Amino acid sequence: MPTANVQSRDNGSLLIKGGHVIDPASKIDGPMDVLLRDGRVAEIAAPNSIHGNAEQKFDARGLIVAPGFIDLHVHLREPGQNYKETIATGTVAAAAGGFTSVCTMPNTDPVVDTPDWVTWVRRPERGAVVNVFPVAAATRGSKGAVLTDFAALQRAGAIAVSDDGKPILEDETMRMALRLGAELNFPVVQHAEDTRLSQNCSMHEGATSFRLGLHGVAAAAEASIVDRDVSLAQEIRDSRLHVAHLSTADALKAMRRGKRAKARVTCEVTPHHFSLLDENVGDYDTHCKMNPPLRSSADREAILVALADGTVDAIATDHAPHAAHEKQVEFERAAFGITGLETALGLAITKLHRESRIPLARIVELFTAGPARVFDLRGRGSLARGNFADVTIFDPKARWTFDVSKSRSLSRNCPFDGWQLTGKVMATIVSGRVVYRAH
Amino acid sequence: MMPRLHFFAMSQPARGSLLGIEHLETKEIQSLLNLARRMNPQKPRPLLRGKRIVLLFYEPSTRTRSSFEVAAKSLGAMTTLVQASGSSIEKGESVIDTGYTLRAVGADAIVIRHPAAGAPHLMARHLDIPVINAGDGMHEHPSQALLDALTILRHKKSWKGLQATIVGDIYHSRVARSACHLLSRFGVNLILCGPPEFVPEVAGSLVPGLRITRHIEEALRGTDVIMLLRVQKERLAGQKIQLHDYIARYQMTSARLKLAKRDAIVMHPGPIIRGLELTSEVADGPQSVIVDEVRNGVPTRMAILARALGKG
Repeated sequence: MPTANVQSRDNGSLLIKGGHVIDPASKIDGPMDVLLRDGRVAEIAAPNSIHGNAEQKFDARGLIVAPGFIDLHVHLREPGQNYKETIATGTVAAAAGGFTSVCTMPNTDPVVDTPDWVTWVRRPERGAVVNVFPVAAATRGSKGAVLTDFAALQRAGAIAVSDDGKPILEDETMRMALRLGAELNFPVVQHAEDTRLSQNCSMHEGATSFRLGLHGVAAAAEASIVDRDVSLAQEIRDSRLHVAHLSTADALKAMRRGKRAKARVTCEVTPHHFSLLDENVGDYDTHCKMNPPLRSSADREAILVALADGTVDAIATDHAPHAAHEKQVEFERAAFGITGLETALGLAITKLHRESRIPLARIVELFTAGPARVFDLRGRGSLARGNFADVTIFDPKARWTFDVSKSRSLSRNCPFDGWQLTGKVMATIVSGRVVYRAH
Repeated sequence: MMPRLHFFAMSQPARGSLLGIEHLETKEIQSLLNLARRMNPQKPRPLLRGKRIVLLFYEPSTRTRSSFEVAAKSLGAMTTLVQASGSSIEKGESVIDTGYTLRAVGADAIVIRHPAAGAPHLMARHLDIPVINAGDGMHEHPSQALLDALTILRHKKSWKGLQATIVGDIYHSRVARSACHLLSRFGVNLILCGPPEFVPEVAGSLVPGLRITRHIEEALRGTDVIMLLRVQKERLAGQKIQLHDYIARYQMTSARLKLAKRDAIVMHPGPIIRGLELTSEVADGPQSVIVDEVRNGVPTRMAILARALGKG
């Protein structure tokens, strides 16, 4: 198990008082005080029952105190694309969104497919303010042909492998990846897209793509890959499959099948897929262009059900920053992806809790215990005594308006600009240190 | 909660822009058609004297380009043609930067033909001069729909009770999308006909009251207007339907034409491929108004340009 690259130096002690703790992994949902000391959770106890001096206090009255949020899927664009984002700027945005840990995707320039690049991403010189867990490429150069050295990547600190941005398409390559992953207890993350069906497609296939005269990709392009991968995961003992940014009702069916069969299959869903529909593309809004694309309302309904019933393991942002000139072009030529770190919690509370009545505790689980389990991030995702002192404090009732011009990300490609959201991150604490505090 | 339509420094298209039929108000369509009826290319009117209109063509075009040019000149405007090849577009200049450049050169309006759907919208959102869509990818071709409407009205007097049948590759056709938007506004009964590759079921969602059939006989029976679309052979490649199948099942022949009303008109946006979507007999027959359509293109585009530059 790799350690995080944020220094766990002596961070003193911090008492979070008067808050309402939601820690699904520990089955806590009630008023509690939390004492952090030396980068760890020292104590969690009934209000006013923690004695002894803390160097700092945080007044959390009226706020939810949760384990630090974990984002399984971000693109921080380093190495090589620091005009879009850097590990430093991306983690500042993550902290503002309540994330204390992020898992970075390897589709950079060059691709993170060697232990040296994994080490490079994790170095303190990158300036990360939250924990960074690199996902390394599953195949060399993410070209889909030759597997990378999983064992060496794992030793260097990678927490999973993926060719994200592209699928591991060939049956045999995927089978070998899952087999090797099974030997090492290493998750294989699939970007489920049958690219043979999605060529030239820039959005979901449906009434909106027809109206706009854009080639649409059918939901089957995702579902067929998930279906195959779940079957492989069932067949290969101990293999661990994680499906990234799952977006269709049919792919959820395959996921349910795998879970019922007790295969080690997990999946994540993005805030944009539970908040927006293909019709939000409107008249060629490239801020609604991402891969997988925004889907139909039936797909969104299925996602809402799966988020509530436990089929989905985690909410992950797929934070994908791009420069203005990559989005201010013809829709078909525009880059895929949007930024999402700062709006994730607000969207989850607004769309899932308030509109769809999903309990707050379940939402917290999707940001904490769920993702921690997916990548086996020990000591995280829960505030149990002795765990890392990663804490997210938020106000579930605060209303705020997202202003993209004030985003901490280097990029501005976000469709949620101007949205009124409920649920605001008030403080983000990494290893006992406050790395973000709302004004 | 409404998502804010968002673009960097995005603004509304300038007044007089014509990006598509879909978002035009019915009364705007009507007034454009009324204006087009009054325009006569034989009697030039210098309404737009001193105006500069740039014809920005990223795709080849014969009739659209030449008729916009003749229309502009008939109104006294100057025109400049910019084509993708031989311009900075070849060097990688973006659509928006090309717009800024043409604006700086002194363009008062830009007529744009582009292979990417939505390219005129992108340009219009960044410019303060009218942008006119002369065809964008598979999306819309609004001036074609308007000239077709003018052609229909010249033969049918009124929209009342009309039925129109569109046959061919509707999926790839910007002409079909614009025509559907326009005709459905005036209550025309619309029938789309073709194999599923060309007329997917989802096409039925485009406008209300649209019907799809795979059988040309059914599509033609009792119809007033037949609109044929060009079938590009390269688009049939890799499809389930073979060229000879398509011809056997969907080609417009004299025999099939008899199924329609006796005074039905046959339309085609051109270029026509004789022997494929229609026979020469039909193309040159008495019911064909294909050449009229081209002729009506000039007054229609005069009306569009006059409206664009506030002289409607």
